[in-house]
Amino acid sequence: MNPSALDLLRRLGHFVTDRLWRLGFASRFLMMTVLYSGAAFRRLHLTIREIYFTGVLSLIIILVSGLFVGMVLGLQGYDTLQRYGSSEALGVLVALSLVRELGPVVAALLFASRAGSAITAEIGLMKATEQLSAMEMMAVNPIARVIAPRFWAGVVSMPLLAALFSALGIFGGYLVGVQLIGVDAGSFWSQMQAAVDFRQDIMNGVIKSVVFGAIISWIAVFEGYDCEPTAEGVSGATTRTVVTSSLAILAADFMLTAFMFRGE
Amino acid sequence: MADEPPVLIRDLNFAYDRRPVLTGINMVIPRGAVVAIMGLSGCGKTTTLRLIGGQLKPTSGEVRVAGQVVHELDDAGLYALRRRMGMLFQFGALFTDLSVFDNVAFPLREHSGLPEEMIRDLVLMKLNAVGLRGAHHLMPAELSGGMARRVALARAIALDPLLIMYDEPFAGLDPISLSIIGALIRKLNDALGISSIIVTHDIQESLKIVDYIYFMADGKVVAEGTAEDIRRSQEPFVHQFIWGEPDGPVNFHYPARAYREELMEQPNRPRPWWT
Repeated sequence: MNPSALDLLRRLGHFVTDRLWRLGFASRFLMMTVLYSGAAFRRLHLTIREIYFTGVLSLIIILVSGLFVGMVLGLQGYDTLQRYGSSEALGVLVALSLVRELGPVVAALLFASRAGSAITAEIGLMKATEQLSAMEMMAVNPIARVIAPRFWAGVVSMPLLAALFSALGIFGGYLVGVQLIGVDAGSFWSQMQAAVDFRQDIMNGVIKSVVFGAIISWIAVFEGYDCEPTAEGVSGATTRTVVTSSLAILAADFMLTAFMFRGE
Repeated sequence: MADEPPVLIRDLNFAYDRRPVLTGINMVIPRGAVVAIMGLSGCGKTTTLRLIGGQLKPTSGEVRVAGQVVHELDDAGLYALRRRMGMLFQFGALFTDLSVFDNVAFPLREHSGLPEEMIRDLVLMKLNAVGLRGAHHLMPAELSGGMARRVALARAIALDPLLIMYDEPFAGLDPISLSIIGALIRKLNDALGISSIIVTHDIQESLKIVDYIYFMADGKVVAEGTAEDIRRSQEPFVHQFIWGEPDGPVNFHYPARAYREELMEQPNRPRPWWT
């Protein structure tokens, strides 16, 4: 083999082992976070404060996006359905697309860029300004005090945000479909109620959003904790949080959907 | 052991990825003393502090704090020991989301289990000791560099430690703040009957307040003694350091090829297209 091919192979090997090592480190970190979660539950105010920062402060973007996604679904859905003469099924289309897919996934993507990046940047800056070291030297475990509350706040906030996203989306679909276009309100709601199954559709959507919440929070706290303690390092880690968690959400969504809806 | 000094370092070696950072360090920090560790940036001073605080584990040798070997302690033991150490970080490392009062109250609320009224009195006493009782309601962003360090000092003494470690306490301060911090370090050390370790390269301020000095270069202790010994030292490195001479055993030039040879060679370094 010529030297440049050998070099390429070596670099590829390095790349792969680096990634594997980091994944292992991240998994150990997640285990530590869960292990030291006692304080996050015992001292609930720590977690509630983080729910405010990650959940409540994400409300505006989630609600507005939900409303608009629902309104667009109403327009597009009506346009397609009326070709087949079944425009009363608009409620079913809007509701199912939202609670099964768009609610959890789009809310998670927005949550990753709004809250995930903020968590990474905050923890990264705490590391860069030695606040985490200072905490350790004061005999306070930063994983228990800083990381775990943020992690659980994300896990709790995500399904609530996804539910609100879907609710506002359905309302948006109603505004466009019923109020603007004139689909019959009775059939819009009754068909929706008849077709949406609580366990099959809504619970599966909730499970998805809990999984996405855990993925985003895990990536966000890990990237923050592991970042280079410099301005460049924090900005790189923030970007990685958004990119990695967005891709992870899409991959996880595909796998979960494949398990949940097998065309029965 | 009752007569063992608060900190005892024996034959300490430490390496990052097989690259030696510290070799054969021996130090004694006696009770009631203010000891400085000096040297150039990157000579291993801060690493020594981290080894004392148990944030790093030595490759060989040992650090004993209050009679306990730091690296042999488990997590619970290490955290119990750290409650008896205070540490002042270079830029204070105050929690930016907490007020001055809450920063100083932080270790007390985490560890003491005292009622809030008592914590309030303790915090005000600690803040008074550093002259910032009146600033208890400010946020860290509203403080000057010197004030932030005094608040961090109040936080470091909150749990009445037996040892305080200072990582570059004088870096980036104006002359007045600098002497305030210097005087505070000495005053608190004597009033509380504790020991202090200062990692610094501010020679003039340190010589005024310390009892003993260790000089480090390239991960070794190259000289030690009282302030007077150090001032009189004929050791070339110490001499260059104290008098701030630009050239000496520590070279002005980064290692490079021969000057003439580098200038005479044909240029083969194209200008980067993005400049």
